[in-house]
Amino acid sequence: MTVIVHRLLNAVGLLLAVVVFNFILLSMVPGDIADTLAGESGGASAEVMAEIRRTYGLDQPFHIQLATYVGKVARGDLGMSYYFNLPVSELILGRVAPTLLLVVTALVLAILIGTLFGVIASRKPNGAFSHFVTVLALVGFSAPVFWTAFLLIVLFVAMLEIMPLSGLVDPTTPRGTLAWYLDVLHHLFLPVLSLSSIYLAAYSRLARASMMDVLGSDFIRTARAKGLGETSVTCKHALRNAVIPVITIAGLQFSHIFSGAVVVETVFTWPGLGTLAFESILRGDTPAIMGILFFSAMIVIVVNLLTDLAYRIVDPRIRSARNA
Amino acid sequence: MSEPQARAGARAGARTGAAARGSDAAPDRIEHPFVEFLRMYVRNWAATAGFAIFSVILFSALFAPMLLARDPFEMVWMPFTPPGQDGFVLGTDNLGRDMLTAILYGARATLVVGASAATLTIVIGITIGSFAGYYRGWVDEVLMRITEFFQVLPPLLLAMVLVALFSPTLPTVAIAIGVVSWTGVARLARAEFMRIRELEFVKAARSIGSRNRRIIWRVILPNALPPLIVNAALTVGVAILFEAALSFLGLSDPNVMSWGKLIGDNRDYLLDAPWTVTIPGVAIFLTVLAISLIGDGLNDAFNPRLRER
Repeated sequence: MTVIVHRLLNAVGLLLAVVVFNFILLSMVPGDIADTLAGESGGASAEVMAEIRRTYGLDQPFHIQLATYVGKVARGDLGMSYYFNLPVSELILGRVAPTLLLVVTALVLAILIGTLFGVIASRKPNGAFSHFVTVLALVGFSAPVFWTAFLLIVLFVAMLEIMPLSGLVDPTTPRGTLAWYLDVLHHLFLPVLSLSSIYLAAYSRLARASMMDVLGSDFIRTARAKGLGETSVTCKHALRNAVIPVITIAGLQFSHIFSGAVVVETVFTWPGLGTLAFESILRGDTPAIMGILFFSAMIVIVVNLLTDLAYRIVDPRIRSARNA
Repeated sequence: MSEPQARAGARAGARTGAAARGSDAAPDRIEHPFVEFLRMYVRNWAATAGFAIFSVILFSALFAPMLLARDPFEMVWMPFTPPGQDGFVLGTDNLGRDMLTAILYGARATLVVGASAATLTIVIGITIGSFAGYYRGWVDEVLMRITEFFQVLPPLLLAMVLVALFSPTLPTVAIAIGVVSWTGVARLARAEFMRIRELEFVKAARSIGSRNRRIIWRVILPNALPPLIVNAALTVGVAILFEAALSFLGLSDPNVMSWGKLIGDNRDYLLDAPWTVTIPGVAIFLTVLAISLIGDGLNDAFNPRLRER
């Protein structure tokens, strides 16, 4: 129990650090909102500039500004987007669902299929499928994700003509109907395939390695000596242990998957956080960028906490050990 | 013989020759560890192929101006000339630029940024990891919190923000990639340092009065290097992928040709002129593949458990 409290405190500390880091990064940007507004309206007098700075609290000393900013973020206020003139939090919440749909689907598929591939490969360590997994891992690591996405587009959109090119859903489909959900799934296929390809490859290699490790250990020999069938040994005894490294790595890599989503979303103009981040960067919409950075860090922290809990449940040995 | 002992033995062998190897089953021919390493590496055909591919890419990047003395940005022919037509081996892109020239010159930016970003990654990672693993205690606690902090921020997103906030030039891109990707190296270095600092020869070094600085850099680091070198190959691969992604998104120097930029410039014409997007992608893929193969080869060659095969 104390371990969990410890982890929670750590998570809060990390979030606070992200906010402070964001603020420092913000203050390092040349020019402030007064300059931006003045630039847009074609110049302003010194008094007006000072007035704008006073409205935004920019005349306060650094530590007061920092404290105000932290207080605002704690209340869920991430500032106003320069471009949309809307609260950043509202902007982000409107974009979360597509991103989570993409990232979670890709991750779950990568873990499931990757583990399955790894288990099959581990049964014949020098068999053809095992070599296939090794090659797949190499290819998956080496291929830039946008290139994979473009190759898939050429194949499925241009040649086979069975997949839509981009977007979340066909705008003519009535919202909320079954056809709408199916159309979203249809649009989801290529982005998920592109994003999961990287991790599928990595996880199958990882699952293969950890399966082979586990299959060589004493308790597996005991299970076999008891006369258990090979399927029971693989699925009940070995798999449970072999899946732990995969979950651990998947949790640790969650921030990377988020990064991958930025690229994939941009390629497929998927209306998620990634495209919002990319467009905000191009527009110089600093509050939006910082809000997204904070929000994605928050998601990663929550996911890390969940993975931590998840493998505490899967592996009783970790429950008692502190700081695994 | 355990792994660390084998490594330590191999290293000692480099200096004292037969003496350190005497405990082994007395081989009739004493091999220099480097020669042994080289023999192990060459035996691995995939690693050798990786090295060959990488050499070709490096060569064409280095001698690009001598191979094709052209400006990669210059419009030389009709846009979208397919590969092989009118004497353009790889065709032309949306602005009528020669793809072959762009690929050759693009290799330079990609490799320079990849190499310098990877160097920065490794330097930061090893410094932080070695201090954390060696000193333990509050130093470890503080450094690991910093590492955790950088693991929580999505690396590509942070790199994009850094490049956009400062300037889109090659040095900024390299620094941004380095700043976001050192955490893995730091964790690996820390684990190695924690393991090695408890070994006999480190205690011996301490007992003869070596200072911490000497123990860290001269005693432990050389013994911690093999896994770090293998990881370095991966780091270079990842750095190149990062550079490609950033320049694909248009967050790199607009005046320098790179593979990612070429793809980004032509992405809207993917369905009409697929080669403008797929060919630079193949270049990135082959480069990273070659580097990963080299990394795998290094891993096998360094791993004494595999030497008997």
